[in-house]
Amino acid sequence: MVEKRTLICVSCPVGCELTVTLDEGKIVEVEGNSCKLGIDYAEQEIFDPRRMVATTVKVKNGYHPLVPVYTEKPVPKPKIFDILAEVRKVEVEAPVKVNQVIIENVLDTGINIIASRDLPKA
Amino acid sequence: MLKKDTYDVVIIGSGPGGLAAAVEAKKEGAQDVLVIERDTELGGILLQCIHNGFGAEIFNEDLPGPSYAQRYIDESLALGVETLMDTIVLEVTPDRKIFASSKLHGFVEITARAIVLAMGCRERTRAMIQIPGMRPAGVYTAGTAQRFVNIEGKMPGEKVVILGSGDIGLIMARRLTFEGAKVERVCEILPYLSGLTRNYVQCLQDFDIPLQFRHTVKFIYGKDRVEAVEIAEVDDKWKYIPGSEEMIPCDTLLLSVGLIPENELSRQAGVELDPITGGPYVDESRQTNVPGIFAAGNVVHVYDLADWVTLAGYEAGKGAARYAKAIRARESDHIPVIAGKNVHHVVPQTINKRNLENEEIELQLRVLKPIEERTLIEVHDGKNQITRKVARYVRPGEMNTIVLKPRHFADIEKASSITVEVNPR
Amino acid sequence: MQEKYDYIVIGGGVVGCIIARTLSRYEGRVLLIEKEADICMGTTAANTAIVHAGYDPLPNTLKARMNVKGNAMWDTLAGELNFPFERRGDFVVAVGEDEFPALETLMTFAKKNGVPGCQILPGPEVRRREKNITPDVSGALWASTGGICDPFQATVAAAENAVMNGAEVKLNTAFEEFIMDGDRVIGIKTNRGDFYSRWVVNCAGLYSDFVMHQAGVRPDFKVRPRKGEYFVFDRADVQIDNVLFPVPSDKGKGILVTTTVHGNTILGPNAEIIDDKDNTSTTTSGMDEIWAGANKLVPSLSKKHVIATFAGLRPMGNGPCKTPGVDYNKDFIVEIPEEVRGFVNLGGIESPGLASSPAIAQEVVDLLKDAGEEMKVKKDWDPIRPSRPRFREMSQKDRKLLVDMDPRYGRVICRCENVTEGEIIAEIHAPIPATTYDAIKRRTWLGTGRCQGGFDTPRVVEILARELGVSPLEITKRGNGSKFLFRPTKKVEN
Repeated sequence: MVEKRTLICVSCPVGCELTVTLDEGKIVEVEGNSCKLGIDYAEQEIFDPRRMVATTVKVKNGYHPLVPVYTEKPVPKPKIFDILAEVRKVEVEAPVKVNQVIIENVLDTGINIIASRDLPKA
Repeated sequence: MLKKDTYDVVIIGSGPGGLAAAVEAKKEGAQDVLVIERDTELGGILLQCIHNGFGAEIFNEDLPGPSYAQRYIDESLALGVETLMDTIVLEVTPDRKIFASSKLHGFVEITARAIVLAMGCRERTRAMIQIPGMRPAGVYTAGTAQRFVNIEGKMPGEKVVILGSGDIGLIMARRLTFEGAKVERVCEILPYLSGLTRNYVQCLQDFDIPLQFRHTVKFIYGKDRVEAVEIAEVDDKWKYIPGSEEMIPCDTLLLSVGLIPENELSRQAGVELDPITGGPYVDESRQTNVPGIFAAGNVVHVYDLADWVTLAGYEAGKGAARYAKAIRARESDHIPVIAGKNVHHVVPQTINKRNLENEEIELQLRVLKPIEERTLIEVHDGKNQITRKVARYVRPGEMNTIVLKPRHFADIEKASSITVEVNPR
Repeated sequence: MQEKYDYIVIGGGVVGCIIARTLSRYEGRVLLIEKEADICMGTTAANTAIVHAGYDPLPNTLKARMNVKGNAMWDTLAGELNFPFERRGDFVVAVGEDEFPALETLMTFAKKNGVPGCQILPGPEVRRREKNITPDVSGALWASTGGICDPFQATVAAAENAVMNGAEVKLNTAFEEFIMDGDRVIGIKTNRGDFYSRWVVNCAGLYSDFVMHQAGVRPDFKVRPRKGEYFVFDRADVQIDNVLFPVPSDKGKGILVTTTVHGNTILGPNAEIIDDKDNTSTTTSGMDEIWAGANKLVPSLSKKHVIATFAGLRPMGNGPCKTPGVDYNKDFIVEIPEEVRGFVNLGGIESPGLASSPAIAQEVVDLLKDAGEEMKVKKDWDPIRPSRPRFREMSQKDRKLLVDMDPRYGRVICRCENVTEGEIIAEIHAPIPATTYDAIKRRTWLGTGRCQGGFDTPRVVEILARELGVSPLEITKRGNGSKFLFRPTKKVEN
């Protein structure tokens, strides 16, 4: 079964519009890219789309009620909202240090969620 | 509390531009560097930009805004940069005096040998693009909404329409979606995206948030809180196309319609602004037309990447430090001549050490009170006497003199000041 | 237990507050009720802030008499209540030769109405005094007694002075109906209870028709809301130092280009008659109309310097009515009706309502005296309402003294207008407490600058929440349902 999908490559600011032809679930052609990065992007985005996720987590006794956190590496796109739900369950005690691990190996992705900044006590 | 009232380099704003300038100014040899920040912590706008996208150029990493700021905060403090937080600058004068105000530190007056303006931008408002309609609560610029969500920890709305496809609007579309709000539509009046394509993909396309080009908000409904917005398509002259109107029920309208460099302080300091950028005219070292006043970052013109703001900040910091060092050199050439005990005034008031060669220097003075007996006129450097002279009497009505001779110059050059005193013998 | 007052004033606009203040001078308990969360939210909230000289109203009307008499009272009023007021003088500008005769008509009215200090100036003299004026100016009427003021501070100051002298003010209190004893008003029913009083004064502005109809007075009088839109300019970019009117038309005084006491130049208003008393929207056609009118007087204005737009409603009366000799939309109603006792009725107080307000208050006192009220002056009446510090108006030297005295004045909250935390706190705890964002904005001028609240809103919300002892989620823009925030981003005990 042949299908075509369009993607915008975001490897660099150019933003080439890619047309990816798949046959039996395998990429047979990538059109519209202006460099190799587009081919890599198409592979990644079709089979294992990933995103960096940044959000905030509740803090107890902190200078602010929240501290910003992020995934150390891009996480699978289909898991974004589940990951956000996991973060919602957590309340971390101040003080927080930048890069402190807030959730280790979130939802078995092998990726940690870490603090983006120092946050002192209230 | 402020320990000094004069600094080599004073930097206004601790966003990426200000912090970079602080770090580089110190590395370039400025003796004291002070950063004045109106918020209660350092980092400026970076603190609320919790998304990734910072540091690609400088660190070869993909960091969130606060982490990027943290690098520079840590480096500044390690280098001994001083800070004054929760303090707002009220006025900068052309001769580089700064008036600032703070609940914690009180009213502050300092002098800077060099200044770096790094105040960033403000957001274009609803009124500036004249969106018709009612004026309910719930109309926010995207940056203000971002502050509420990320710092204050409060949601400004649940059902949101965003006007403008600039990066701040796109980022907030994703952020609000992450926190459970529904972003109904993003409208952009131009026929193309204002922000980065990456943000279109990862903030709108990923979440099926519709984006309409050539559309704008025609009317805002709601007496107390936003109830709906009416959007419409526009033609090439930005006139509404009849029949294209659509009502979108919502409780929040976010505006991401442009940034404007914030130069009110610059203007008051006599800094000339470029009407096209809205920011100061600067040279390659980021110096404005006012000697010793430099500017870096969004206050000069709007950047896409904080990394490039940092590079501009480095330039300004370096320029400011060099300027300050030159002033210090000039200052240290001069030593004050102080009117001491029973002396009303002395002229000259300063001696330029560079000019001390073979010519005598005559100090002219008047005494405060008469002494009708033999009197000693002395010049000393605080520790040792440099020269003296005896007078039969001294009277305020009759000017006295004392001469500094070339053989005294060796002592004078070492002094930080010299004092003239008059005492009975 | 029945709350018994001597005078109840319905409506907390400038007319109601100045009447309450005037009544507080005399023996008797005064209550002012206002349906919104703050005083000054009706017509007084959005107008041109002009204290008119009085050449415009038709001679021999109550409007003309109240305008000229009231205008002369503003120096004393501003001096006692300590709010910004200046006799800047105004120009009525004739553009082109065809408009010049209209100036002569106004000059005739000025003489008949007893307006001092008016003269007609030739075109070149007008151009000398206002360099931005259109080159087509053929002349202008110069009225030296015209003034500009801050109507919000005037209203708040009057209400505060009333409270200082024993009056009560109840906000969020809406009149519903009268309590009658035969043909006598003896009290009012509101959404917050019943209040009894010997007299009730109708200062309800846009709703004055509703109030008087509840007493069976003037059933054919109807308020037609007249919407006027405005533009506000950045004072750093646009400096017009004068008050410029066009020649009037049957739509009214026309679209002004005028300075204000805060230094901003404003344009407006147009005049659109609508039905909805809650409709204070700005419209594309309205804004276009104002732009055209303003450009006629000052061609060099540019839209890129606009920092705010707003609209207000004036309570115009509805044209000629059955009662002979009275034309509702050309005159004020200030009367004690014959058919109902215990009721002082005001209606149709649109322009020149602001200028007339102190004279209208005096007229109400005179009417009460004629009706047999003793009106005995209180021995300890204090006319002075002391001013509060305004950081933005102070020199650096005075600012330092203020901050040294109270560090809360050191924290600037509104960057564009230099309004400090100390001032905000003072207004929250003032005799007429400011409990919403807009209330603070009206009193301190915060949020009216370039960033239109972009920087200060989160901080004002925080201060209001702290000072009022409530969650920031409860803070509103203008009371009622106008909350800023919905819920915490993440559930947290704050």
